[in-house]
Amino acid sequence: MVSARSVSVGPSSLSYTDLPWIIQHREDRCTLCGRCTSVCPKEALYLAYRRQRMPKLDVLKKARGNEYRTFVGIRQKTTMANACIGCSMCTMVCPNEAIMAVPNTNEHRTLFFHNQKGQPQTRGGRRNVSGPNLLDRIMFDRISMLTDPALDAGRHEFTLTTTLGRTLAPEEFLKRQREGGWIPPTREIFPFVIGSMSFGALSPNAWLGLLQGVAYCNEVLGIPVVMCTGEGGCPPWVLRSPYLKYIVLQIASGYFGWDEIIRAIPEMQCNPAAIEIKYGQGAKPGDGGLLMWFKVSKLIARLRGVPEGVDLPSPPVHQTLYSIEESVMKMIQTMSTAFGHKVPVYPKISASTSAKSVLNNLVRNPYAGGLLIDGIDGGTGAAYNISMDATGHPIASNVRECYLDLVAQGKQNEIPIFAAGGIGKNGNVTQNGMALIMLGASGVHIGKYIMQAATGCLGNEKSRCNVCNVGICPKGITSQNPKLYRRLDPDLVAERVSEVFMSISAEMKKIMAPLGRSQSLPVGMSDALGISDKDAADRLGIKYVC
Amino acid sequence: MCRLALKTAIEPFSPYEVLTAMEAMQEGYDGSGLGLLLRGLHFEDYKYDSKHPILSGIAHSEAALQRLNSIMDQRGYELQYDHEFETHPAMVEAKDRYRYFLRVYKTPAAFAGKSSEEVENELMLTRLFLRANGEANGNDLTSFSFWPDVAMIKEIGWPLEIGNALTLHDNRITARVCMAQGRQNTNYGINLYACHPFFIQGIATMTNGENTAFVPIRDWLLGKHFPGYTGYQSDSEVFAHILHYTLKQLKLPLQAYKHIITPLKNSELAQHPQGDFLKGLRDACRRLIIDGPNAVIGTLPDETCLLVMDHKKMRPATVGGRDGAWAIASEMCGVAAMVPDRDPRLDFQPMREHTIIVPPDRKELTIWSQLDPYPLAQVA
Repeated sequence: MVSARSVSVGPSSLSYTDLPWIIQHREDRCTLCGRCTSVCPKEALYLAYRRQRMPKLDVLKKARGNEYRTFVGIRQKTTMANACIGCSMCTMVCPNEAIMAVPNTNEHRTLFFHNQKGQPQTRGGRRNVSGPNLLDRIMFDRISMLTDPALDAGRHEFTLTTTLGRTLAPEEFLKRQREGGWIPPTREIFPFVIGSMSFGALSPNAWLGLLQGVAYCNEVLGIPVVMCTGEGGCPPWVLRSPYLKYIVLQIASGYFGWDEIIRAIPEMQCNPAAIEIKYGQGAKPGDGGLLMWFKVSKLIARLRGVPEGVDLPSPPVHQTLYSIEESVMKMIQTMSTAFGHKVPVYPKISASTSAKSVLNNLVRNPYAGGLLIDGIDGGTGAAYNISMDATGHPIASNVRECYLDLVAQGKQNEIPIFAAGGIGKNGNVTQNGMALIMLGASGVHIGKYIMQAATGCLGNEKSRCNVCNVGICPKGITSQNPKLYRRLDPDLVAERVSEVFMSISAEMKKIMAPLGRSQSLPVGMSDALGISDKDAADRLGIKYVC
Repeated sequence: MCRLALKTAIEPFSPYEVLTAMEAMQEGYDGSGLGLLLRGLHFEDYKYDSKHPILSGIAHSEAALQRLNSIMDQRGYELQYDHEFETHPAMVEAKDRYRYFLRVYKTPAAFAGKSSEEVENELMLTRLFLRANGEANGNDLTSFSFWPDVAMIKEIGWPLEIGNALTLHDNRITARVCMAQGRQNTNYGINLYACHPFFIQGIATMTNGENTAFVPIRDWLLGKHFPGYTGYQSDSEVFAHILHYTLKQLKLPLQAYKHIITPLKNSELAQHPQGDFLKGLRDACRRLIIDGPNAVIGTLPDETCLLVMDHKKMRPATVGGRDGAWAIASEMCGVAAMVPDRDPRLDFQPMREHTIIVPPDRKELTIWSQLDPYPLAQVA
């Protein structure tokens, strides 16, 4: 046996079977065109020259010798920095189907080495827990059978919109109507909102493709979809365009992009759909937004009013504020005033056991137009893995608790609760969203699902891809590198957006029709829900069915 | 599906007439129960002053009746008249009916200085107190209504047989308005309170169909913490409470009821002369959208009768009559049985936008469309 020192191994040395993805390369098919190596975002592939010794023994002549042949092939690097992420771009570009990334079914070792140079793992994506979640297991079981037949989802007329913004109690509404008082602004919107993904976290082609799709949904399909900017502002031309009415402008603790927005207010052709004040995010509660330097391009720097190529970590809280109460007093009112009290303003918080106290604070604030609660399964462009996987609160019980708290006060129609965080995580976007609506949400925000369905994000909850944070998105969705984002055709993104929302609309009808609901969204219709998990049923106050 | 019948006439008539009209529509209900509401009452053996409240209900035991007596005494009500039904207990399915009571009380002297709102609240609270007392004692006391000029009977069984069991054909009680429904409960368990019509502070409704939005509506009404918004053994009880909320709490005209329970679509509101106001009203009362299908038939303290159609899929309801007598029923044959001497060509089947109002003078129908201008000065 050779001495250990002659073998080049260290604590961090890994072999192929230690990696989460293993490249299978068929040399008999490879033309050595080099496309796979050039497209790989992790530079995980390289062209290798190998020499093979061919022992040669001539017994009759009693001569021994060797011959050597050389060959070339594609090999996978085994360093952590270059470990394959399973994006399969190599497969997509290979002309001869010679290469494929295969998930390693063995328990892999990279989990223990995501701390190189003392840096814990950071990534994009969402909580890496796969399989059916609680929302996936909820059934809509109150079918109209006896006194009235179910409705015809294909032919009947359905109202699928919800209200964004504060609604007054009927008595107060009539009083203000009589006295000419201020009636808070509301919007009739589609209950599936494209959640906050910033211009910066997303590439220009992805972001503008989404906006184009949203405009098509509104103006051609009649589906009043709105999208939220996230904390990154909005391109100046969009601020001055009629498309602004489909946009929820987000202000967060870094205030990025708000110079541009404030400057544009006098020139706005229409009001934005709403203002979202971000206090927290489900994927990384207690953290501010984070745009790493890789993605702070010239354009992004211009929009955000910062130098190029610097990390942009937003503080965990709004630095000017002492508490949420103070925030409610100052910030919501200030934002409402800035837009002439004609735009709903609502805060976004991460799901938390303290969500109810925030909600009750908002109930007493006449300018608060709703509450968005983002659960632990929410996605992000950049966060510490530990924040995503272990910090936060699931959305379902949090929304339910908050809704029932409003019910006890008779205020459930006044402050709409929006839910986010993991809706459509397993593809069941309409089912997940409608379950939350019947638990009490007025609508839901979907971010990661839209990235996956409309822009083609490859990320999943088994650590696939998840590199949004470093700007190397192989599809060009979350990169600011023109070479990458030009891969994404905004027209095709827009087309996918419209397909997704047409499909959600049709599925909503297929859920509502058997319940006999068509004239209004079944917010809080918890008698229609069942789940085959007694504990979950008890916690949510819905039926246990088996 | 259940069948509904309402008759309103200048001349008092026997409630048995309405029960026979129910027979004409018998294919449409399962005969599991009867609910009857009478207004404009006349008693053969008592000259009734319509100011005095009438308590109706069932005492299921002698002890319950005694408790009822003492509660009413304690609250200062003086018994004026106790109607004795000629009952045939063998004809009633349930065996724990000690006494059907229908009693006229004189209100306490202390009421003299109270506003009508306070008096109305006191009457409601007394009814609820009796109900709670019965519920706390194994459901041995059931109180349906306590209100001037209103009597209610609810029982399990075939409607006409219940009428026979209580000898309602003897003309000892007649009324100018009678509402009847022939099914014990629609979507939930059998419970005496669950039979239509539902009653709160002089307002009564009964309904065809299923209220699919029942739970969110109930949750919202419970959140108002108004003592009368309780019960909900039936999904249809909320219709009465929404009508009460519209008229008594919001003090809106009757037409607002339709706009609240089945608001117009956005595209229709955009065309409506008061579209902005109605959109605001819809948003403010969004949790009260019934999402039917339901036809709601109701009566008010001034003997106004109404029929409100649902917005999406019509439930059967039709109206017909003549000057002085009108009928609203689930089926035309029900109308024909109640007012045979009318011109059937003038019968009307309301559409989804309609509210039919029979005013107290009973001269002619008002057919009001939701698309018509809304009669409220404050929105001008």
